[in-house]
Amino acid sequence: MTVSHNDAGRPLPPPAGAAPGPAPTPGGGGADAPPAPAIEMIGIYKRFGPVQASAGAHLRVYPGEIHCLLGENGAGKSTLMKILYGLYAMDAGEIRIRGRTAVIRSPGDAMRAGIGMVHQHFMLVDDFTVAENVIAGMEPRRRGLIDMAAARRLVAEYSRRFGLHVDPGARVEDLSVGQQQRVEILKALIRGAEFLILDEPTAVLTPQEADELFRVMRQLKAEGKTIIFITHKLKETMAVADRVTVLRAGRDAGSMPASQTTPQRLAELMVGRRVLLQVPAPPAQRGPALLQLENVTVKGAGKDLLRSVNLQVRGGEILGIAGVEGNGQLELEEVVAGWRTPDQGRVRIAGRDVAGMGPRRRRRPGCAHIPPGRPRRGPAPALSVEQNVVLGRHWGQPYARLGVLRRPAVRELADAVTSRFDVRGGRGPVGGLSGGNQQKLVVGRELYHNPWVILACQPTRGVDVGAIERIHRELLDMRARGAAVLLISADLDELLALSDRLAVIYEGEIVAEGETGQFTEEMLGLLMAGQRPSGGSGRNAAGRNGTGRDGAGRDGAGPTEATAGD
Amino acid sequence: MTERTAGRRLPAAWAEVLGELALTAAAVALALLAGAALLALAGYDVRDAYYNLWDGAFGSVYSVADTLVNAMPLLFAGLAVAFAFRGGLFNIGAEGQLYAGALATAVTAAALAEWPSVPLIAAAMLAGALAGGLWGLVPGALKAKTGAHEVITTIMLNYVAILLTTHLVKQYFKAPGPVDQTALIPAHARLPELIAGTRLTWAVVIGVVLVAAVDWLLRRTSFGFDVVLVGSNPGAAVYAGVPVAARTVWTMAVSGAVAGLAGSTMVLGVLYRFIANFSPGYGFTAVAVALVARARPWGVLPAAVLFGALQAGGLTMQLFARIPADLMTAVQGLVILFVAAPGLLYAWRRLPVAAPRAGTAMTMTAETAAEGAAETAAGPDNETARREAGP
Repeated sequence: MTVSHNDAGRPLPPPAGAAPGPAPTPGGGGADAPPAPAIEMIGIYKRFGPVQASAGAHLRVYPGEIHCLLGENGAGKSTLMKILYGLYAMDAGEIRIRGRTAVIRSPGDAMRAGIGMVHQHFMLVDDFTVAENVIAGMEPRRRGLIDMAAARRLVAEYSRRFGLHVDPGARVEDLSVGQQQRVEILKALIRGAEFLILDEPTAVLTPQEADELFRVMRQLKAEGKTIIFITHKLKETMAVADRVTVLRAGRDAGSMPASQTTPQRLAELMVGRRVLLQVPAPPAQRGPALLQLENVTVKGAGKDLLRSVNLQVRGGEILGIAGVEGNGQLELEEVVAGWRTPDQGRVRIAGRDVAGMGPRRRRRPGCAHIPPGRPRRGPAPALSVEQNVVLGRHWGQPYARLGVLRRPAVRELADAVTSRFDVRGGRGPVGGLSGGNQQKLVVGRELYHNPWVILACQPTRGVDVGAIERIHRELLDMRARGAAVLLISADLDELLALSDRLAVIYEGEIVAEGETGQFTEEMLGLLMAGQRPSGGSGRNAAGRNGTGRDGAGRDGAGPTEATAGD
Repeated sequence: MTERTAGRRLPAAWAEVLGELALTAAAVALALLAGAALLALAGYDVRDAYYNLWDGAFGSVYSVADTLVNAMPLLFAGLAVAFAFRGGLFNIGAEGQLYAGALATAVTAAALAEWPSVPLIAAAMLAGALAGGLWGLVPGALKAKTGAHEVITTIMLNYVAILLTTHLVKQYFKAPGPVDQTALIPAHARLPELIAGTRLTWAVVIGVVLVAAVDWLLRRTSFGFDVVLVGSNPGAAVYAGVPVAARTVWTMAVSGAVAGLAGSTMVLGVLYRFIANFSPGYGFTAVAVALVARARPWGVLPAAVLFGALQAGGLTMQLFARIPADLMTAVQGLVILFVAAPGLLYAWRRLPVAAPRAGTAMTMTAETAAEGAAETAAGPDNETARREAGP
């Protein structure tokens, strides 16, 4: 599955019911569009200083549907929903709930109107139990005391009814992120929410947790709830949405039933131009091994964080590391970057043992390190674009001489990087740039000097579609130039799209490794969860790679690509 | 849209400085106003009091000189605190570093007494900087190696420095007499007067040069870049390969050296000897000075003068208007309160503080402060606010 050029050359005809403008006709699609919208937002305007965050946005949500609000970072999705939830006051526009004009000045008003919202950042007390968190502020009382038994019963009942599977007595700090999110959903439901706004709920979840959330969303829908789901991920939209409204630059760029659109079209509506969802890549031209890990072990408290990891990345290829976060990816990154010395084993760059070389010295000969798009670790927000671009190279020629920075050289570099990597938003403090542009700037800073070993960790997480395309293209460019790329990502789509080879990491061990084509998504999912696929796919790919380090007793079910091959 | 915002941001560096200056001036004015209310409540004549305050601080060449003399240790120590602050470190240990610097200077000046004047002064100041730097390096190294928080360690080391210098003087360097002090340093080791008949010395010139040097260091050198980077986002610094631990040590060492010079200039320009317990808390007032200066080197200059003026004027006020100088301490506190809480001023002007206003000075400052929060929780909102569609 390479490029989808299917829409090439055609102008964009507005899909059914997508007329951007005052009143998108509900459901040109007919059957699945109920007559009266449950929530209607009409011509919403909101300005923050010089920035028009909402510029006449329209939204119609029908009862009992999962409505996806899709758009890039900064398109105005959150602003629109915070207006609906009473967190922001709109400058102009109208909100109607069940056909009647509603005045929502505060979250309290919103709750009374039956609107609940789950924020990206949870508002839970870690020390409290689930039940205590859920009832906080509306405690059931008996004789002046909080009736905890009643609270627990209530929480259990709601949890059962909506398939949320949370234990009312569990302490929140012991719960996974996915479970905490379900506690937030419970809070909204118990407060009588009929309409549930989920603000980028999957941003914090693993793929498995996201699937679980989608199941919960479908069950809520089956119970008659209406859900507004904010995301910038196309795949999620296609997976759960009944209806999609795309926002771009504060306006609705189109609204349509999900069944009548394609990811390609949605991406075009989001970005306003054609986007390659998958950048085409020629077959790998492999060179010598540039990055090698030999038997790398990192010990933690009680257990090994990395256990005898053997990996090699050759010039001209991208090796993807798949795995649920927290299975040793961080340690792998630290070991390769030079922040952490492995307890055993060695790291070789271009054949040379780099033990004892710190991050700065590893960088010098041509190693680059791209940090995650979120949390945003790459840029320093208070510093200017110029300062951020020179960061990491500001110690020596040509950007500094005898420890004094050379402004003209730095300025030239900033010009070159911003134009080559399409970084927009001016030259002020980087914190003023959009997330996508900040990450493009960091990627540009790292790749501009044509490194030949690239360590990329979650490079596009939290970054919008347009920037993702750009970053993927740059990584593939580097591969075409013969660079070795180690890509650590929790995003399976990204791994499958970019990697020539994949390795799956589970509890610090590489449990499978092979050419990308040998893995299916299901197999990867199972491997990432620590199970071994039963070979039902008929393919003979996964399993332990056969170097037999400590794999005695397990069958090396066919590691086609040996780790330390040559 | 984004392009236009950027265009407007170009002169924003100046607009930002001017905005902060205006805010600070307003804070000072408010503090004086509140001080006036205090005076009136206590039954004093406000006009008389403030006339004497002004007269004592700026009324004549001599009072200006007095103000500046009072400002000197605050200038050096404030600069030290501001520098560390830019590197993300709270150096509450300027007091101890100043003591270390002062004793080292006094001892060196006595030991090298036969040297000619200029090299002697230079050597004595160098010794002060080294001693202060060493006293700053210790908490820096503790933080880098063990993670011990510098606020705790610097505060503790203040006590160590004060008691240790007292002990050393008593034990080894004590001049005859009841006071724990060293002998007077030779006349040619003293900083020459700048204006005859006043106590104003070349320390002022050294101070201004040092401000310029620190500013240049932070702005234009690779080391300064590292310092500011570590201060503004340690995560980004790590990713860029900056040796954060080493920078922490050096930032504290440089900060300590500057604070040490505060002690040096006190010994060479004012006291002419080391006296145990000589500082009335310059190192602590310095924290307030750095705060009012918003950690900008050039801001330290007026901030130190302001605090010097309040001290010099406060004394006159006490002498002639018979108003306790403690009241000026209260006014100093009010200045800090108003500067540290610009929200108070906004509330007073009935301006929205929370509304994200991209590109304006205060928004950026507030963001830097609440960087962590901005990155996680408020991130998407800020983005939304700041930006229209990118491509």
